[in-house]
Amino acid sequence: MSKIHVTTTVNGDEMEFLCDPRETLLDVLRDRLNLTGAKEGCGTGDCGACSVTMNGRLVCSCLVLGAEAEGAEIATVEGIAQGDRLHPLQRKFIEHAALQCGICTPGILVAAKALLEKHPDPTEEQVRFWLAGNLCRCTGYDKIIRAVMDAAAEMREAA
Amino acid sequence: MSLDQPEPTFVGGTVGKSVAKPDNLEKVQGRAEYIADLYRPGMLHGAILASPHPHARIRGYDLTEAMQAPGVVAIVTGDDVGEGRMGAFIKDEHAIAKGKVLYVGEPVAAVAARTEEEARHACRLIKVDYEELPPVLSPEDGLAEDAPILHEHLADYIKVFDAGSEGNLCSRTELSEGDVDAAWAECDVIVEDEYTTQAQAHVSMEPCGALADVDATGRVTLWSANQSVFRVQANVCESLGLPMSKLRSLTPRVGAGFGNKMEPHIQPITVALAMKAKRPVKLILTREEDFEMVRARHPYRVRMKTGAKSDGTLVARECEVLVDCGAFADDSPGVLGYSLLMCGGPYRIPNMKATGRLVYTNKLRFGAFRGFGNPQVLFAGEQQIDQIGEKLGLDPFAIRRKNMLGEGDQWFVGPRIGSNGLGQCLDAVERASRGPRADGARRNFGLSVTAHISGLLGTGAIVRMLEDGTISLNTGATDIGQGSDTVLAQICAEELKLPFDQVAVASPDTDGSPYNWGTTASRVTYTTGRAVKAAAKKVVDQAMDHAAEMLECDVEDLELREGGRIGRRGSNTDVTFAQISGRAHWAVGGPLVGSETLVFDEPTHDPKRAIALGLPFPRIGVFSFAALGVDVDVDDTSGQVTVHEAWSAADVGRAINPRLVEVQLHGGFVQGLGYSLYEEMVWDGARLANPSLMDYKVPTARDVPDAIHTFIIEDPDPTGPFGAKGAGEIGLNAAPGAIANAVANATGARHAQLPLTGERVLAGMLNSAKART
Repeated sequence: MSKIHVTTTVNGDEMEFLCDPRETLLDVLRDRLNLTGAKEGCGTGDCGACSVTMNGRLVCSCLVLGAEAEGAEIATVEGIAQGDRLHPLQRKFIEHAALQCGICTPGILVAAKALLEKHPDPTEEQVRFWLAGNLCRCTGYDKIIRAVMDAAAEMREAA
Repeated sequence: MSLDQPEPTFVGGTVGKSVAKPDNLEKVQGRAEYIADLYRPGMLHGAILASPHPHARIRGYDLTEAMQAPGVVAIVTGDDVGEGRMGAFIKDEHAIAKGKVLYVGEPVAAVAARTEEEARHACRLIKVDYEELPPVLSPEDGLAEDAPILHEHLADYIKVFDAGSEGNLCSRTELSEGDVDAAWAECDVIVEDEYTTQAQAHVSMEPCGALADVDATGRVTLWSANQSVFRVQANVCESLGLPMSKLRSLTPRVGAGFGNKMEPHIQPITVALAMKAKRPVKLILTREEDFEMVRARHPYRVRMKTGAKSDGTLVARECEVLVDCGAFADDSPGVLGYSLLMCGGPYRIPNMKATGRLVYTNKLRFGAFRGFGNPQVLFAGEQQIDQIGEKLGLDPFAIRRKNMLGEGDQWFVGPRIGSNGLGQCLDAVERASRGPRADGARRNFGLSVTAHISGLLGTGAIVRMLEDGTISLNTGATDIGQGSDTVLAQICAEELKLPFDQVAVASPDTDGSPYNWGTTASRVTYTTGRAVKAAAKKVVDQAMDHAAEMLECDVEDLELREGGRIGRRGSNTDVTFAQISGRAHWAVGGPLVGSETLVFDEPTHDPKRAIALGLPFPRIGVFSFAALGVDVDVDDTSGQVTVHEAWSAADVGRAINPRLVEVQLHGGFVQGLGYSLYEEMVWDGARLANPSLMDYKVPTARDVPDAIHTFIIEDPDPTGPFGAKGAGEIGLNAAPGAIANAVANATGARHAQLPLTGERVLAGMLNSAKART
């Protein structure tokens, strides 16, 4: 099977890779680009652990083909912090103990960031609906919701 | 203490403070390394061929085509593993199916190839010649006279306790005290029912995986998602016939466990592949395989009968359980024994009888899952307490207070109860949940209490003072995300009066860590914490001896000061840990190392008060207590249950890190909520029908209460480190009982079957309406 040459931008860096036509974006990120932040929790788009944004749209990278990344702008958990400076969401997740094992965390952070970019002042209900596609088995979600609300408030103040 | 209030401050110390988990810093940046994130030079990928049959003899394999497939380096089948069998209680399991397959999904062969895709492709080319046998699909069928036998050589297997195994009976346990049969005559009220509970999947967000490498001498290094590097080592070595010194077991970050990763999953197969391929092999299960291959929570049938006097005093309880074991014993004998030990709940019941049978069936093994048999019996027991209260006009809080165990009481069969904050837990839930709730015809409150042990088996700690006076702590306890590295470092720092960040925690490694049975049974904070505190104390004592010589005084005149200094009482002169450690390293005495190992050794059974047969845990632990209240709403037309608010109070002795205790209570409750309302593994004949997160529903952020209030009760245990007891499981246990009680209060109908799906609850409402008219 001949491979496809893909040029794309990940977290602002231009990258190119060869991939099989059937290879998912998640496998490309993890195995070809060494970006192992996105996790495979199910491979069927049900758990959200592999969430990334593609041209600003939140997607499960296990349901996107690597070849579809051609010319796209991809953002992953690795691009959320600015160097050593953590994003308010990352700080608030640590502060509120909104993560335990951490497998769902990269996807939840990417999803929450996408939410706050669209709705800087979300209601708690909105946060719960927006994150309903990201399963967490450890925290019971309560602290995740508090952390997102708290980060949103801080970001609004700073804006 | 409510966590909505400010935290108490402990001047100078770290115990009692909600220190943030240091590992969270790498986790929020996507930099934490889990098993799937590890790569080795020359690494191959593994894949597994699963059995399509629930019960069949393997007559042979044809590997010709598979071996010729592109990229294939090695194939492992039952022919490649010896006669070795592994198992925590009964050694009944080979590394991979050998001679027979016992469930649909059981690994039959495994391939190592250049890529995962090539390995999976080759698996499909393996031909296995099966002779199908009739399957056993329920414990009742397994006990039938003419039932097909799963383990023909059961009598020859090694067993670590008196299991009473016979035919398909894997183990049985019988516990009794008082005289139940005579006691029923003293009872004014008796309730009795038969309950059934379903299989629940753990669904750690990280599926199971392993990576094995073999060095030039044949020694194996194994990384895996695990709850104990030592159980991994023992199981792989037992099943593959390796000396334990030939296998080093390590851990990357672990994406949660809940019991699923305590005993082996695919580590033995991965090691067998690497040994055959003579190259590193990584094997990661898909979500579907993780559902079908590993383990789940036991389905139970519980017959329970409880009697009380007219004033509400409990007199007698009888409990008989029938437990589906699945194909291998795994932790099941322990689960059976533990659930019977816990079936009386935290009450004084003078006459108790508990019996249970565990039966092999042709399904995947059932095993340890947060709660360990306790939620199943509580679902029955806590409903019966409410029912007795209803009959006698006692509210749920009153009947529980009247009967709860007090300090100095012994638990059923005889274990000592240390501290007991159950009364305070009930007070906290009652106070906070009182008051007006939104109206609704089908809205009501439900209550359940629970106790759970922490203790069990061997553990150790090594505390080393480095040359500059900072500390390395090594315990061998795997942190599966719950934060034990943080809590153990807090205990160590507190004992040494050092800042938290001066204690580094070593990653578990069977080559260098002291033994730790595992991150299981709510035990690490309590049991390993005790070892850490004692080991740190030894380092302090050694440092004191040095300081006495350096300051030319008696040890009695010295004091340990904040920040790693030892000084003379009443004087400003002191020496630092760095000075002491430098002296020890280069001049006098040798480097400072404190180590402690211990095993929980208080007996479970008091032969003077009770009879116990087939007790799998002769030494068990100390007791934590909890109360849980829930406010539920039942939809009139669909029967769907919504939990609006929950109040969870737990006596954990002393919260070393209150916020981490709080997350245990939150996470445990939500896992219990899913178990109570909808999580259910469903079999279509012998095949699991819903092995995906699309078809197996776990709670999402939308499905949980808007508020889960937590209340940490601190009744310090005299044997716990700084008074601490376990907190890992107690938040889940009470969920099914509390929710079932709330649903009964809201609808007038009792439920004896989990989960409480809309369909069942609606049927209950219709029946109770019919009964009224």
